[in-house]
Amino acid sequence: MNAIEADGLRRTYRQRTGWLSPKLIETEAVRGVSLSVARGELFGLLGPNGAGKTTTIKMLNTLLIPTAGTARVAGFDVVRQTREVRRRIGYVFGGDRGLYDRLSGLDNLRYFAELYGVPPREQRRRIAELLDLVGLAGRERERVEGYSRGMRQRLHIARGLLHEPQVLFLDEPSIGVDPVAARELRRTIADLAATGTTVLLTTHYMAEADELCDRIAVIAGGVIRALGTPAELKGGTGTLEDAYVSIVGEVQPA
Amino acid sequence: MSAIGPGTTPATTTGVRAERAIAAGASAARVVIVGALLHVKQLSRSPFEIATAFIVPLVQATLAVYLFRAGTEPHLLLEAAVGAGLMGVWSSVLFGSGGAIQNQRWQGTLEMLMIAPRPAVLTLLPVTLANAVTGTYAMLGTLAWGWALYGITPDFRDPLGFVAAAAGCVAGLGMFGLLLAATFVLLRNANALTNTLEYPIWLVSGMLVPISALPGWTGPIAAVLPTTWGARAVREAAAGGPIWPSLAACLAIGAACLALGTLALVHVERRARVTATLALA
Repeated sequence: MNAIEADGLRRTYRQRTGWLSPKLIETEAVRGVSLSVARGELFGLLGPNGAGKTTTIKMLNTLLIPTAGTARVAGFDVVRQTREVRRRIGYVFGGDRGLYDRLSGLDNLRYFAELYGVPPREQRRRIAELLDLVGLAGRERERVEGYSRGMRQRLHIARGLLHEPQVLFLDEPSIGVDPVAARELRRTIADLAATGTTVLLTTHYMAEADELCDRIAVIAGGVIRALGTPAELKGGTGTLEDAYVSIVGEVQPA
Repeated sequence: MSAIGPGTTPATTTGVRAERAIAAGASAARVVIVGALLHVKQLSRSPFEIATAFIVPLVQATLAVYLFRAGTEPHLLLEAAVGAGLMGVWSSVLFGSGGAIQNQRWQGTLEMLMIAPRPAVLTLLPVTLANAVTGTYAMLGTLAWGWALYGITPDFRDPLGFVAAAAGCVAGLGMFGLLLAATFVLLRNANALTNTLEYPIWLVSGMLVPISALPGWTGPIAAVLPTTWGARAVREAAAGGPIWPSLAACLAIGAACLALGTLALVHVERRARVTATLALA
């Protein structure tokens, strides 16, 4: 059984504008995405801004309901078996948001450990392990508002791993992170995949995708344009960036 | 796979089920308590929110004291201070349910709360309870202000009853807040709605002006609001009167709001996933 299976996923956003003569604006963010990710695989989703990467991830991690199509994560349907899916997934996104800034890193982890159902007796050990893993040991009692971007990102990752998820969704985790921290982040991601965690990663950094991913899908205009191993996409010559530009360059910007 | 095997009996399976139910209940209680404490911590570290929680009720209490002094019942000054404090608790719950949901959305934590493998009620109730708890800062502030500036001694007829009534009022309003939060999850501009609800509710609930002084048609509305009964219990503890029936009514209506909010959240969460209102973009 694959860790992730998506079949014909579509997502349309509807927005109403205006009061006197309201208009309904429809945007098709994802237009029939099908993919499968094997257990323990590190799968990359590349694409320009607005290509549908985050929308695809949010349909797979139960935050959005697809307009059409079906998806299963860890064997459970993302629409009907939401709780079962949520028990088995972690979600990490890039940027400064998503944490309680006025609380310490430790308080953030304690709270989400409760929410994610980590047994109370295991919480202390699990949190200590994760603080070590992401290099925040010794800084956990400081308020998050004083953390650097890299520290916040590492705290995001620790939170996403609290309940030892089978499938980890990483949505641009290295955005705004300095090169040294980004290298540490890549090492952490590679270690997770090596220990059997399935990872679905979106990134704009081609070198990162090339180094980490077993397979890559290039998405543009809500449709998968290419799918294969980094070597297959590169076609034996050039870089992944060359291949990406040639694939995405064929698509008119939305 | 069935839990019933060759070595098990219906009695033991019932026992296992009971143990699981107790464990689930304890786990849910832990989430609510730990969550509420951490949200109180988060809210209490915001100088802006703390200043607002203190200053606005003080202005309202000042107005109330001068109104009461000018009227025929100047002995009710303590009630003015308590009433203004209750308005602060209500404002905190209301803005905590609307504003805090919006704040969670702005700070990107709403999605992280909703993606947790828990019923949505266990992720949002701590937020609304925490806001009710921090609302008591307003009560403490107005009482201290009344004593320091106007010599209003907080000599409650039933001091223990006052503490119980205030705690019950906080719990009742926190549960009411959950019902409000259930609707606010769907609204990207929830804070606009909270602004319009603030004054009418405290007015109708008789927090400052006696309900008997209001038009008759407000009576049925007041009767179904937990704020009315919570305010009555607190005022009875301060000025004398039967606290417990009012407090029981406040908690019963609060519990009904909790049940309704829990049911609503199942629908609301699904609707929010359809309409994509959990995040800003």
